[in-house]
Amino acid sequence: MSDGNAAPLTLIYLARLREAFGIGNEEVAIPHGVTTAGSLRSLLAARGGAWARELATGRAVRIAVNHELAEATTPVRPGDEVALFPPVTGG
Amino acid sequence: MPVRVQSEDFDTGAELAALRGQDRSVGAVAAFIGTVRDVNANAQVASMTLEHYPGMTEKALVAIIAEAKSRWDIVDALVIHRVGALRPADQIVLVGVTSAHRGDAFAACEFIIDYLKTQAPFWKKEDTPTGPRWVEARASDDNAAARWRTRDEPVA
Repeated sequence: MSDGNAAPLTLIYLARLREAFGIGNEEVAIPHGVTTAGSLRSLLAARGGAWARELATGRAVRIAVNHELAEATTPVRPGDEVALFPPVTGG
Repeated sequence: MPVRVQSEDFDTGAELAALRGQDRSVGAVAAFIGTVRDVNANAQVASMTLEHYPGMTEKALVAIIAEAKSRWDIVDALVIHRVGALRPADQIVLVGVTSAHRGDAFAACEFIIDYLKTQAPFWKKEDTPTGPRWVEARASDDNAAARWRTRDEPVA
């Protein structure tokens, strides 16, 4: 299995993040060096603008990998579905 | 352990009767109903929209109920959560728990709603006189959920 034909990541943005980014989902090839939820967040923040604002260190952002709440150290692999969203407010 | 996410309203009496069924081991039914308030964070709320993360929501609710079953001696539990457009006084969520005795039913019911509020992927957006706004998570909800944390459980 080479990086060249690895399945992309499916990224999902919800609630305030979806509105701020202007998209609800996208597929991205995993760049070299991105192996965890935390490094993926940093990569997206580097896009600048709303991405930098919403994903800045200190902003409360939750990440789910394959529908499970994740930590910054949770591994991210090709084919995973990774969702980014604000702290939840249901109930 | 029934879990439902739906836009329609629910009939609490019918849902709790169905949860209890004809189970003669049940001696207690505890329920929590969350409803829409007309004032939040010092602003009038005319209506709100509830969004969720299809695919994860149901799994999260099932996991919360499974955790409740592992901690307390309960017979069954149910969660119904509405999504979409809601107005003040509308019902948002129903948590129901059946048990042999009230203590376990009360505790499990409170645990489930506390965990739902901090772990299940729902978001509220309110319509106020100054425009729509996303509801901010409350530290008090985190504190409520933290009460139930066991010593070996990581801080989420």
